Amino acid sequence: MLTKEKAADIFDLICGFSSADEVECIFTGSRFALTRFANNTIHQNVEEENSVVSIRTNFGGRTARATVNQFDRDSLRRAVDASEKLARIQVPDPDLLPMPTPAEATAEGEGVLSTQAPSRFFEETAAIAPADRAEVVKGIVSIADRHKLTAAGIYSSSESEEGIFNSRGLADWHRQTMAEVSITMLGNDSSGWQKLNSPNVCLLDPTRLADTAAQKAVDSTHPRELAPGKYTVILEPAAVLDIVGFMFWDYSGVAILDQRSFLNDRIGTKLFGDNINIADDVTHPMQAGSPFDGEGMRRQRVQLVENGVVKRVVYARSTAKKMRASEYAAKVGPIAPTGHGFPLPNEIGEMPMNIVFGTVFATPENAPTVEKMIASTERGVLVTRLWYIREVDPYEKIVTGMTRDGTFLVENGKVQCGLRNFRFNQSLIALLSNVEGMSQPARACGEESFDMVVPAMKVREFNFTEVTKF
Amino acid sequence: MKAAAQQALDATSARGVTYADARAVAMRNRSLSTKNGRVGHASESESLGIGVRVIADGAWGFAASSDLSRASLAAAAERAVAIARASARVKRENVRLAPEAPAVADWTTPYKVDPFSTSVEENIDLLLKADAEMNAVAGVTLAETGMNFLREESWFLSSEGADIHQTKYSTGGGCTAYAFAASEIQKRSYPNSFGGQWQNRGYEQIEEMKLLENARRVGEEAVALHSAEQCPEGAFTIVLDGSQLGLQIHESVGHPIELDRVLGMEANFAGTSFLTLEKLGKLRYGSEIVNVVADARQEHGPGLGTFAYDDEGVPAQSTPIITNGRFTGYLSSRETAHTINATRSGGTLRAEGWNRLPMIRMTNVSILPGEEPLTLEQLIASTGDGIYMETNKSWSIDDKRYNFQFGCEIAWEIKNGKRVRMLKNPSYSGITTEFWNSMDAICSRDEWTLWGTPNCGKGQPQQVVGTGHGASPARFRNIRVGSAYKGS
Repeated sequence: MLTKEKAADIFDLICGFSSADEVECIFTGSRFALTRFANNTIHQNVEEENSVVSIRTNFGGRTARATVNQFDRDSLRRAVDASEKLARIQVPDPDLLPMPTPAEATAEGEGVLSTQAPSRFFEETAAIAPADRAEVVKGIVSIADRHKLTAAGIYSSSESEEGIFNSRGLADWHRQTMAEVSITMLGNDSSGWQKLNSPNVCLLDPTRLADTAAQKAVDSTHPRELAPGKYTVILEPAAVLDIVGFMFWDYSGVAILDQRSFLNDRIGTKLFGDNINIADDVTHPMQAGSPFDGEGMRRQRVQLVENGVVKRVVYARSTAKKMRASEYAAKVGPIAPTGHGFPLPNEIGEMPMNIVFGTVFATPENAPTVEKMIASTERGVLVTRLWYIREVDPYEKIVTGMTRDGTFLVENGKVQCGLRNFRFNQSLIALLSNVEGMSQPARACGEESFDMVVPAMKVREFNFTEVTKF
Repeated sequence: MKAAAQQALDATSARGVTYADARAVAMRNRSLSTKNGRVGHASESESLGIGVRVIADGAWGFAASSDLSRASLAAAAERAVAIARASARVKRENVRLAPEAPAVADWTTPYKVDPFSTSVEENIDLLLKADAEMNAVAGVTLAETGMNFLREESWFLSSEGADIHQTKYSTGGGCTAYAFAASEIQKRSYPNSFGGQWQNRGYEQIEEMKLLENARRVGEEAVALHSAEQCPEGAFTIVLDGSQLGLQIHESVGHPIELDRVLGMEANFAGTSFLTLEKLGKLRYGSEIVNVVADARQEHGPGLGTFAYDDEGVPAQSTPIITNGRFTGYLSSRETAHTINATRSGGTLRAEGWNRLPMIRMTNVSILPGEEPLTLEQLIASTGDGIYMETNKSWSIDDKRYNFQFGCEIAWEIKNGKRVRMLKNPSYSGITTEFWNSMDAICSRDEWTLWGTPNCGKGQPQQVVGTGHGASPARFRNIRVGSAYKGS
């Protein structure tokens, strides 16, 4: 595995090979292992170790990148040459900024807060061995056997390093571990699913996840077919994150400048219900990830939506510069680098990827739960998970997809039976305007979007357009 | 690299394994793009490493490393065996591999121009010219172009004696124009959306694409869509262009025939399949004129699923998937072949790179063209009333691959056999077998193109590989149209 000290030595070597005005290196390294099971058997079991350096060179407004995973002198020199060759032939970009200094990278932006993220490296997670993972899978399979179900899923663990150095003195480093469990329990005509991850394996409870997935599979046997239409739905946190994740690409200064964002002409307007508050906050204790962006700028907390009003978007450094000079400057709220840029050069600029939904409960212990939402629902649909979500309309933000692995009819405050899965075509603007209740936000993960801290949501008039055959 | 693969393989031999293979891979990539008249990104990358796959105690283990030192390769082999023994703690039966004669071979993608021998200046110049053509159209608010080259050189050695060296080239590119006005964003792409058109060829792929010749039209159509009427909702006859039909094949034929999905191995992520084993040879998948093959051989064409040997050393083959409408074949591997009583793997196991376990992937899953001469214009002329749709905009299908919904970038109403007014936001949906059974015409070979899907995701950890899909435009009757906007 790389260390910051080893990476610093490699960076010095690379700088010695380069004739560029500026040099930046992004180092990534990981040891990743994943045990995969299906049909109550471990059928795939893998481990990988890899380290990569990505070299960016600048020549007066011209920049390019070359990446290599070998650290011998010839490989590094070849990568430097490739980066420089790609950079030199370009026309200078007047918007390209010099690489950030350490002082700039840690400066607070206008109207945003900057704090340090907590440590996300846990020895207990890093120490997980193949036999440990097999033992956990054995426990999951025993739960499946007990319910006469078939289990499929994964248990993965990793430790990773990420660092950035530039020739203006910036040097930052992040270590992280991650453990993840995902379980599908299959019956003859039903299924249930649960998934969770955390840098700290001690916060995962595979047995509880397996029990919940199994119960969902048992409860959804002999699914009924319900006619498509608009229903009140209770979306569990994984379903919420997978569907709302599709809008966060648009909370980007570049997306506004490119006029490909659904927030074009809408920042500062009340787009969602009063109860919607969304921030991007890498320092949140339930979040994960590196505290710096693709240029080494420290990620700052940004309030994106407040009481349903879209307040602002996030910015990489050069995007903020461009936005200030653009025709949109007066209409987009605060403009400042926020530490959300992707590695340069790129076309998409930046994106908030540490989303935290806020809720306001006078007494958090009295916050609604999924159970309370069910109890308060006369007729609706409980959704465990959404699948294969794709954008249908980029400005009205209509997305389509399917329910999966645990869809239930709720009547008279109780779960009545499993339902055949629906296709939905739903505007995210309408969805976030129709939220009747939310639980306390929790860390959740799905398959269609990145991990978030999100609540379960009770939403009226969710638009199911078709039903499938199972 | 071959010597390193041999070291890794040798390191497994004294550890009690019943099977082992080592796959060394050296990948090189060039990726270029422009956006609104400027270079968007310019990058080159290299990735080298070795993956070791073993069977010990009747179960699989896999370990991979980018460190090619002797000590690291020995450690990777040791880890692979330890992982296999851990796998064996939760197993029901031993892994069984269908027999395969070990091959000794050397193969390279046929190409005219090595894409990496072309100058970056030349590459970017072409992209910037196409970008300028789109931007010259009033109303275009965003123009993007891109070009990608991939070279993958691999050495596969197995404990059975296989020794295979392959070098594959993939080349792709395209352009997209966006137009934002009022409360609507419209886009058009060429030759295809989401990365353009890709094939396993050299730079001739880019030269023959006619990017410049089509860029202005793409911009004009993106703007014109704002004046078009909304695609109606209801049941219609539809005609799909070849690129959209290629994706339809990918989603509603290619994925459900993956035998690992059928057997439940992908249940937690990609899903399972409605094509359960008892349907083989019996299910009426489509109408009599639906004929689909999975063909990895060079003679099928330079698709993204074309190779000489798969990643467990099985030669490329052609498998009939749908024959005169009847379901006749799955995509299989050495491990899964016995479940369909096959004596041999279908040769479809592929990995994203050196660090990934090979798994069943689509090769070139293609619908065969009609035998009678039929152009797109003749097809439309024979259609009466309907809707012609072109170029994918969105795609979604359930986890057993029954219910799908596709959106396209553009459509035209067909009235009395003539393409008349333009329609915006077209979409259609249905159930897989009902859809394929409604096909009543398909254009002939002259309209057939082997499309590339460079971004097919599957597996945990997820692996993205390219797949090929030959298709020519085809007609489908009584299809649900417009559900995507229903109730919104």
